[in-house]
Amino acid sequence: MPVMTYREALKSAMVAEMERDESVVMLGEDIGIYGGTHLITDGLFERFGPKRIIDTPIAEGGFTGAAIGMAMAGLRPIVEMMTWNFSFLAADQIIQNAAKLRYFSGGQVTVPLVIRGPNGGGVQLSAQHTHSLEGFYGHFPGLKVVSPVTPHDVKGMMLTAIRDPNPVIFLEAGALYGTKGEVPEGDFAVPFGEARVAREGRDISLIAYGRQVNMVLKIADKLAAEEGVEAEVIDLRSIRPFDEGTILESVRKTNRAVVVQEQWRYYSVASEVAALIQEQAFDHLDAPVERVSGEEVPAPYARNLEVAAFPSEQQILDAAHRALYRKV
Amino acid sequence: MATEIKRPSTGAIQGAFHDGTTPRTGPDSIHPPLDHVDVGAGTISATVAPPSVGDEGLPHETLREMYRLVALARAVDERMWQVNRAGRAPFAVSGQGHEAAQIGAAFALDRSKDIVLPYYRDLALSLAFGLTASDLMMSVLAKAGDPASGARQMPAHYGSARLRIVTASSPVSTQLPHATGTAYAAKLRGTGQVSLACFGEGGSSKGDFHEACNFAGIHKLPVIFFCENNRYAISVPQNLQMAIDNVADRAAGYGFPGVVVDGTDLLAVHQVVKAAADRARRGEGPTLVEAKVYRFTPHTSDDDDRTYRSPEEVKAWRARDPLALFEARLREVGALDDETLTEIKGRIKSEVNEATEAAEQAPFPDPTTFDRHVYAER
Ligand SMILES: Cc1ncc(C[n+]2csc(CCOP(=O)(O)OP(=O)(O)O)c2C)c(N)n1
Ligand SMILES: [Mg+2]
Repeated sequence: MPVMTYREALKSAMVAEMERDESVVMLGEDIGIYGGTHLITDGLFERFGPKRIIDTPIAEGGFTGAAIGMAMAGLRPIVEMMTWNFSFLAADQIIQNAAKLRYFSGGQVTVPLVIRGPNGGGVQLSAQHTHSLEGFYGHFPGLKVVSPVTPHDVKGMMLTAIRDPNPVIFLEAGALYGTKGEVPEGDFAVPFGEARVAREGRDISLIAYGRQVNMVLKIADKLAAEEGVEAEVIDLRSIRPFDEGTILESVRKTNRAVVVQEQWRYYSVASEVAALIQEQAFDHLDAPVERVSGEEVPAPYARNLEVAAFPSEQQILDAAHRALYRKV
Repeated sequence: MATEIKRPSTGAIQGAFHDGTTPRTGPDSIHPPLDHVDVGAGTISATVAPPSVGDEGLPHETLREMYRLVALARAVDERMWQVNRAGRAPFAVSGQGHEAAQIGAAFALDRSKDIVLPYYRDLALSLAFGLTASDLMMSVLAKAGDPASGARQMPAHYGSARLRIVTASSPVSTQLPHATGTAYAAKLRGTGQVSLACFGEGGSSKGDFHEACNFAGIHKLPVIFFCENNRYAISVPQNLQMAIDNVADRAAGYGFPGVVVDGTDLLAVHQVVKAAADRARRGEGPTLVEAKVYRFTPHTSDDDDRTYRSPEEVKAWRARDPLALFEARLREVGALDDETLTEIKGRIKSEVNEATEAAEQAPFPDPTTFDRHVYAER
């Protein structure tokens, strides 16, 4: 199977859909000759021209609104948010409009729109450039929200996103654009609403999404090598729709769970996962569900402060030990 | 600010633009050195400020102080890039090419009481309002001594409550509505303070700009909207940002004057902003000033500007370096001679060296304090 970077895999899905479907267009800041500030659209302007690769003014609300209009008129726009942090400017268009147009048109209107861009932190850009918005956007009915972490999934889920008749919030792992992985050739759409078992195990379920999945996989290897503990790792990847079945099945097997996320704990994805387990797998639990989250501060700039504000491997390991009732 | 992933350099210089036409600001149309100020096919409604003449009646002591600040800003700026390129600072964004406009504006204000709301290019303006070279190096190196935030915020988000420098935000143009608020408060309390808020031409596409102008126009607020138009927003040239030649033309839509001024002409900017500040203090309301400048550096340390503008274009503009222009002017009017110049440059050099050293030696923030300042405690 070919190996490619997250960036290349993402781009390949968009190129394939643009080749296949003329109604796919792209809008965003610096996506034209510049090829995007993260080089996701590199070469697309040359390939598809200015009518389909639209460099926009700095006006997130305006160009997201335009994309919604295009979608209602039958196009399939992909909006690049230079980073998801700037999507707050477009929140009214996304939340009040994209998410509700179908409902408030009594089913007459569809909004086949993808909004994509880098999400999450860890690269020392401080708080106004560092948000993990899974929980935030996941809150709103009418939106689909995904957070792929492997090159394989970013391609497969982008294919699904573009073909979906609904607005899709596509949260890319910004820190992982350069990471490599196997990606099948051709057309393989990864359906929404299915979590991925990234590692099988019987002793404890480690549940994460975004770049924390990689961190958790490392911890799972460490637990296996040093303590003989076989952790199962679940990559949620689809936040809304949400795959309850895979989580429950895993916890019913392992009887213990740690949920890891970069975002803040209050009102978060991890809270949702913990509540689900409590409601539907209570009798299978041998320990309280642990949550490891970002500290309740805006992400700081200085490296040492940033490190202190995000979940560390040690914190995850400690949480796993608590759930396993192990002292190390 | 731009990107977290370092952009690999492609080295490609792009020729044609989208629509096949030649844009005013694109790499195809290298601007000839400006006679005065380029307002394109003509401005619709803004006034075009005349070039400055001689010393404009300013004391030569003041002129030398202006020069010192332009030169100091340039030197600090260059040092920021050096420490970034040496791998000691994760990020640099700077204002090389904008300094004369900023110092002209700063000196037109009452620096003992007015309020400024800078954006990330306003290093020179911030120095003029009291930040020091050492303050700035602390920010760049993410040290606890960063006066804006104790290294919580990225560098170049200048701020100091004591100095009435209102801290900037990364999402562009949010300072413009804030400026209407600080101006409203000044008006309500009768403090006589003027607020000056800076932004790029790209930032004028945002709703915040238009909403701020509208509010300021309605309430005749003592605020100056100061656009530093350097023709690009990262890679996006002005003709893809707006369908007009001059941001200042937008003022007419909000009921107050707009003025275009050559931002490489420090004293011309000074005159224009002085008039705007006087107007504000008389209670006549806002002014939109557009200084035409050029950014000499890449957008930030994460940018490779060769992908969207040619080295020839940058070179042509460097020939109009505001630092050199101002130096020449001061010599012309007899405010600067070789001896004074050597003395000023020597002082700046040691100031920047000492600032760098102090910041290098200074401690990082104490990590146990990471959660301080999330809320006001009283
Ligand atoms: C709301 C928002 N969208 C996008 C960005 C990313 N960004 C940072 S600077 C910049 C360009 C700004 O250009 P301009 O206003 O002309 O100022 P200049 O950098 O040229 O001085 C962009 C798009 C941002 N900071 N804020
Ligand atoms: Mg600009």
